[in-house]
Amino acid sequence: MSPVLAGVSQLLALVAALALAHRPLGDYMARVYSSDKHLRVEKWIYKGIGADPDTGMRRSAYLRGVLAFSAASVLFLYLLQRLQGVLPGSMGFSSIDPDQAFNTAVSFVTNTNWQSYYGEQAMGHVVQTAGLAVQNFVSAAVGIAVAVALVRGFASSGSRTAASGGTPVRAGELGNFWADLVRGVVRILVPLSVVAAVVLVACGVIQNFSGIHEVGQFTGGSQQWNGGAVASQEAIKELGTNGGGYFNANSAHPFENPTPFSNLFEIFLLLVVPFSLTRTFGRMVGSLRQGYAILATMATIWLGFVALMMWTEFAHHGPAFDLAGGALEGKETRFGVGASSIFAVSTTLTSTGAVDSFHSSFTGLGGGITMLGMQLGEIAPGGTGSGLYGMLIMAVIAVFIAGLMVGRTPEYLGKKIGTREIKFAACYLLITPALVLVLTAAAMALPTPGDSMTNSGAHGFSEILYAYTSAANNNGSAFAGLNADTQWFNSTLGVAMLLGRFLPMVFVLALAGSLAEQRPVPVTAGTLRTEKPLFTGLLVGAILIITGLTYFPALALGPLAEGLAS
Amino acid sequence: MNNSVANTARLLAAGLRALLVLTVVCGVIYPLAVTGVAQAFFHTKANGSEVTSGGRVVGSSLIGQQGPGLDYFQPRPANGLGENSVNTQYRLILSGATNRSGDNAELIKWVKEAKAAVVKDNSTADYKVRPSQVPADAVTSSGSGLDPHISPAYADLQVHRVAERNGLPVARVQKLVDEHTDGRTLGFIGEPRVNVLELNIALRGMATG
Repeated sequence: MSPVLAGVSQLLALVAALALAHRPLGDYMARVYSSDKHLRVEKWIYKGIGADPDTGMRRSAYLRGVLAFSAASVLFLYLLQRLQGVLPGSMGFSSIDPDQAFNTAVSFVTNTNWQSYYGEQAMGHVVQTAGLAVQNFVSAAVGIAVAVALVRGFASSGSRTAASGGTPVRAGELGNFWADLVRGVVRILVPLSVVAAVVLVACGVIQNFSGIHEVGQFTGGSQQWNGGAVASQEAIKELGTNGGGYFNANSAHPFENPTPFSNLFEIFLLLVVPFSLTRTFGRMVGSLRQGYAILATMATIWLGFVALMMWTEFAHHGPAFDLAGGALEGKETRFGVGASSIFAVSTTLTSTGAVDSFHSSFTGLGGGITMLGMQLGEIAPGGTGSGLYGMLIMAVIAVFIAGLMVGRTPEYLGKKIGTREIKFAACYLLITPALVLVLTAAAMALPTPGDSMTNSGAHGFSEILYAYTSAANNNGSAFAGLNADTQWFNSTLGVAMLLGRFLPMVFVLALAGSLAEQRPVPVTAGTLRTEKPLFTGLLVGAILIITGLTYFPALALGPLAEGLAS
Repeated sequence: MNNSVANTARLLAAGLRALLVLTVVCGVIYPLAVTGVAQAFFHTKANGSEVTSGGRVVGSSLIGQQGPGLDYFQPRPANGLGENSVNTQYRLILSGATNRSGDNAELIKWVKEAKAAVVKDNSTADYKVRPSQVPADAVTSSGSGLDPHISPAYADLQVHRVAERNGLPVARVQKLVDEHTDGRTLGFIGEPRVNVLELNIALRGMATG
């Protein structure tokens, strides 16, 4: 079997596994967020929080819950790192400096997992398991909660006491944030992670608390390794589309990703929740076909990007790769070019940012594909929750564009998309490009940030463009030659992550609230049928054109210039 | 004003309580439960898949080691590996890649030099290596710098040198390489590969035994 055929076969196996998993998981998640029953353990948790999970929240209350929880999380994680030097169970590792601790705290709370530190030398057991890994769970659950709130906005009948699933909902209410958060963790992410972590250990991922470990070497002498609870963190790192590695080499490190099977399994994990949420969406709005239209849009873009990536990586244009006879720099032998291409596309089209190979050493065009994937807004299939709400915002934009063409007030899922709704969607759409382009321009214009580059020329510019793209879109992967542990990058990337996560959520919840107040309008002959392939085509087109217009000039200076030169 | 400050404080306190409770679930119970299962059922793997040779632990079958002499099979280059710069009471290996782009002058130089070295080192009196025979993995650094594998092509290339330096017949060393070559999982997942540490342990056994 040729490497190309093996790569395509792995892609097909992945598609089959996702197709099998998305129905039961999607249906299960729909039941989780529609149920009016609480598990016993959840009741204990609500008692601990001091929250009543049955109170319906309007958009402002829901948003306050999201922001309060996230603010407390940033503060807690910051302090945990600052106090590492005196915490027991930290192997004597010193405390993290303030700017890096801020950056890392924001990074994990925003589901970004950008890392300006080296995991193996900086973070002890306590910070890794009780700090960083916890955020891997809860930041993912917050993302799903916000997505579910938006879906409830579409699904709401807008009347006073309609029953949706179970709990009676009043007009304008979006559910209860604490209940959504806790259910996402307890009923979805923890059970899935336990299974995934055990599978990973069976492949060879380490799971111990043995601290620094002195081991003999083949040539004599010894080497020192980190022990750690790696498998438990790896599982949720992929499932929650977080991406922050226990080790610096992330999922390229053999202790995080030891075999070809574990690699394919990890790609499956990082895709399964975002793809399945389209089924959850379909169930909750009462039309599975609407879910399929969204799923088809995501799958089309994902498959197209994988195909492009495999093409450019197997063709390996670039002086060093031509000389070597293949684009294997930064790639592991056991994965090869095919599987590394699938991983790279999947991690940047979701908000994961884990890597099994290093994007900076991809071909010029390959690096461009990873950047463009993030710049689409990470919606194909996107992060846990954030992918679905990002795609639904694009769907609102697409029906608006279609409405302009035929001169009719657009509607989506029975809700009118009026001035207010389109303003919220447009604001959502503008935030990340503004952060990426303004901060990249600032870093290029100032004298010192450029000193952090490892490569020069077009690729050096790409390192900085990639960093802000990754931060503002909450991805977390990097053209890792950039030395990002400087005050400038720790601070500005931290701000980009914060604003890139929570400002969009403000507009998503604003839109959700506004939709939830509306009564649905009946479908007529003039309604755009958003469950049909025509709409999927329109949506794919809208996404590519809007992103292309926004980022083309910047991409032309970086990856396109590099890719076309070789 | 006072009212809104009090409300904000109450909300933040609720957020903090939620975080602490969920930290117990996700940050204490979950990792300990997984560790318990892992240590009970996958003891060797959960502790790093250590391998022994001559009654001594000589590393992990998952972690590639730099520096076996030319008597042994060579791993891939690892120009991205580093040493720890903080917590220097330990000597930690920092995993990592070079992150050099395809048009980076340094990377081009590394590849050129590695290729020349592979050709020179592996050519013996009756076996001349041509530059076109050198596979890509032999001259590029992996993502982790700890890649435990090389391609079967790179292992085959080293057979004559290793056989000559250890006074072994070429056919026997080639057979050893073939025995240590893993195909794709289920025929299509990943790439064919040879584990360098395990191969070198077997070679040492053959050369001394």
